[in-house]
Amino acid sequence: MSGLFSDVFLSALLFGAITAAIPLLLAGLGEQMSEKAGVLNIGIEGMMLAGAYLGFVGAFYSGSLWLGFLTGIAGGVAVALIMALLCVRIGLNQIVIGIALTLGVEGLTALLHHFQFSRSYPRLPAADATVIPLLSNIPVIGPAFFKHHMIVYLAVALVFVMSYIYRRTQLGLNLQAAGDKPAALDVAGIDVMKTRTIAVLTTGALAGLGGAYLANVGAGLFIPFITNGAGFLGIVLAMLARGRPVWVLVGALVFGVCLSLTTAMQVAGINMPTDIIQMLPFLAVMAMLVLFGRRASLPAALGIPYERGAR
Amino acid sequence: MALMSGSASSPVDKRDIVTLESVTKRFPGIVANDDIDLSIRPGEVHVLLGENGAGKSTLIGMLSGLQQPDEGRILVDGKPTQITSPRNALALGIGTVFQHMMLVPTLTVAENLLLGGPWWQTPKTEELAARVAEITSSLGITLKLSAKVSELSLGEQQQVEILRAMLRNSRLLILDESTSMLTPKGIDELGALMRRLVGQGLAVVFITHKLKEAVAFGDRISVLKLGKKVGEIPPERLRSLGEQEIIAEIVELMFGTQGADPEAATHPDHTASFAGAAPLLQVKDLAVAQTENAPGLSSISFDIRPGEILGIAGIDGNGQKQLAEALAGQRAVAGGSIWVDRTAIETLSVGARREIGLRYLTDDRLGEGTVGTFPVSINFFLKQVGAAPFWRNGVEQRGEIDARAAQLAREYDVRTPSLKTPVGRLSGGNIQKVLLARELAEGAKVVIFNKPTYGLDLANTLASRQRIRDTAARGLAVLLISTDLEELLSMCDRIAVIADGALVGTVDNVDDARTKVGRLMIGLAA
Repeated sequence: MSGLFSDVFLSALLFGAITAAIPLLLAGLGEQMSEKAGVLNIGIEGMMLAGAYLGFVGAFYSGSLWLGFLTGIAGGVAVALIMALLCVRIGLNQIVIGIALTLGVEGLTALLHHFQFSRSYPRLPAADATVIPLLSNIPVIGPAFFKHHMIVYLAVALVFVMSYIYRRTQLGLNLQAAGDKPAALDVAGIDVMKTRTIAVLTTGALAGLGGAYLANVGAGLFIPFITNGAGFLGIVLAMLARGRPVWVLVGALVFGVCLSLTTAMQVAGINMPTDIIQMLPFLAVMAMLVLFGRRASLPAALGIPYERGAR
Repeated sequence: MALMSGSASSPVDKRDIVTLESVTKRFPGIVANDDIDLSIRPGEVHVLLGENGAGKSTLIGMLSGLQQPDEGRILVDGKPTQITSPRNALALGIGTVFQHMMLVPTLTVAENLLLGGPWWQTPKTEELAARVAEITSSLGITLKLSAKVSELSLGEQQQVEILRAMLRNSRLLILDESTSMLTPKGIDELGALMRRLVGQGLAVVFITHKLKEAVAFGDRISVLKLGKKVGEIPPERLRSLGEQEIIAEIVELMFGTQGADPEAATHPDHTASFAGAAPLLQVKDLAVAQTENAPGLSSISFDIRPGEILGIAGIDGNGQKQLAEALAGQRAVAGGSIWVDRTAIETLSVGARREIGLRYLTDDRLGEGTVGTFPVSINFFLKQVGAAPFWRNGVEQRGEIDARAAQLAREYDVRTPSLKTPVGRLSGGNIQKVLLARELAEGAKVVIFNKPTYGLDLANTLASRQRIRDTAARGLAVLLISTDLEELLSMCDRIAVIADGALVGTVDNVDDARTKVGRLMIGLAA
């Protein structure tokens, strides 16, 4: 057992926690924007998966991780576009469409993977880390937090960008109004549909990026169903965060640690069935829901398509 | 009353800001606005007066860009204009304060006022504060910009909305039922505010169903009734008449007889005397707690004798449905007592009350009245499911049901392709007949009708009314809840008026009942 609490083990655990947390963070931030604007985006799992697949394809054929992130974003946006068209423009049920999109993308990416990669299972080379000078020399914390791919730092910075948007910009006001009282936004002369569409597409972009990170940096490969519920965890995070991006970050880190623990405990050879270890993150979800779920506050018009003049 | 105070504006040489020319708007099944002309001028409070369903809301929906007219046209500054969206209306200088608050409760006052700016901008809070200070001081109101809207009173929220319209340089301000949620003090303040607004040269359109407010605040009064404009009182005339004369004239416009109407009121025959008989239904101090989306009831007392029809008049949403449901046992009672034929029933269940002889015909025919996908035959016996002879040991007795259903369909003239037809496919009139047959069947003593002719065509309306009269003639006690005053006047022996969940008066249905009930409905003492 001596290995369990060694410095190396601890920093590997934390490094893994960050790697696992980033996709959740991006998904949570994305979902948060949709929910703020009044769209319950269940399709986010599908958007992530589309991002993971296209991100991998882009990176694999071009050899550039950054190009992979761009194609990943494009994949997420493509799925979000369908969601925006059906749920925002036409006003269909967001839950049903979200589930359909997720299932559809799951099937499609599994099929494409089968034709393209199932014989070779290609892997991407390990991602280049951007080592932060000085900070990375700190024992334990340094290698855990300051030797990541550039996109990790950008994702964390995005938390503060989002906070700024929600608190200090006109767009933030519009998004909140679209979720809390869309009719008020409409009579103020702002197009509710447009505002919600922007939100859903942004969600798609962030989820796609998260998926691409998961495949390209986290795993280095694409396999069917690789997201394994990360999008759904993002929905949970967004709901628990009460509209505050910082809480999405905190939640993502908690889940990241749990996910990392499952790997670490298996590596460390703890005498426990792996099935139970793998349940850990989901037990954490339930625990968090029990503890904080009651306080989750959701926008008043969440999930309700807006129709002008309807009473 | 501050009648006409400050309306020194001269009527001469004022061009309309907005003119409506024969505007008609139809919705499926109804004509909400029928050939309406209206002229809205600067410096004038133009009151649109009418009951619920008179078409006021549709009219402002068209002015504020939420809806477009089907026929006729709208002129802005004399030019024919399509008001295509709320944004378009704002650009034309038409600001609207809707009946239901259009503010985001989770945002602050300042944030709500800033809503609608270009999305890439950072909200210009300082600039806003300066402009707000300028406007509020000229209007004599004070507002705290950093307060959350959900913490403000309704009156304050309304001021925020008016302020928002002013910030957008509105020339025409539409106030939709703005007093309906205000305290009396709030109403006075709003009245004073309107005077200052027109003093600054704005036009104000003030929508209300309360006559007192119309007379107190209006420079020009247009009266709407069932989608038609039935009269207009111009400023000169308003100034020349006394308050009582104006009220009399408006009451005449709102509730006056409509000439050769086939439904025209014929007062019921009062030969039957109920004085001797003991009441079949007695209600004393009935109270129902208020809920989030329904008004409560307080100290409702009345009784109905055998053969008598008591009408409940009032503007929709004043507790009519709550009263019916409390009597039928579908809504918890907070206090008071209900007797049917000297049996106290207020603690009994819906089924037990029905057993005793209390029957309720809901206005929600397809929602709670019938199961649309079930056949007509089953719907006749929905309230007897499981009971003999139609069910035995839990098994449906198809033969018994069909035989009795056929008999009821014949008796009540239900026009259905077959008894197996799902009841939802029948017309409203035939569904109503199914309900009548079910509720009036054996054992009925007291029957509550809630809007029994709502949405029916003329033939079915007349048939339903006759059925109700026959019911009373059989010696049953009838409570008839309706928002159609003509209907009550043509059927009832007495009419009680409900307002804000309380009975504000009861009138014997004799010659001047129309005026008395009308006055009670709009908040004047009979």
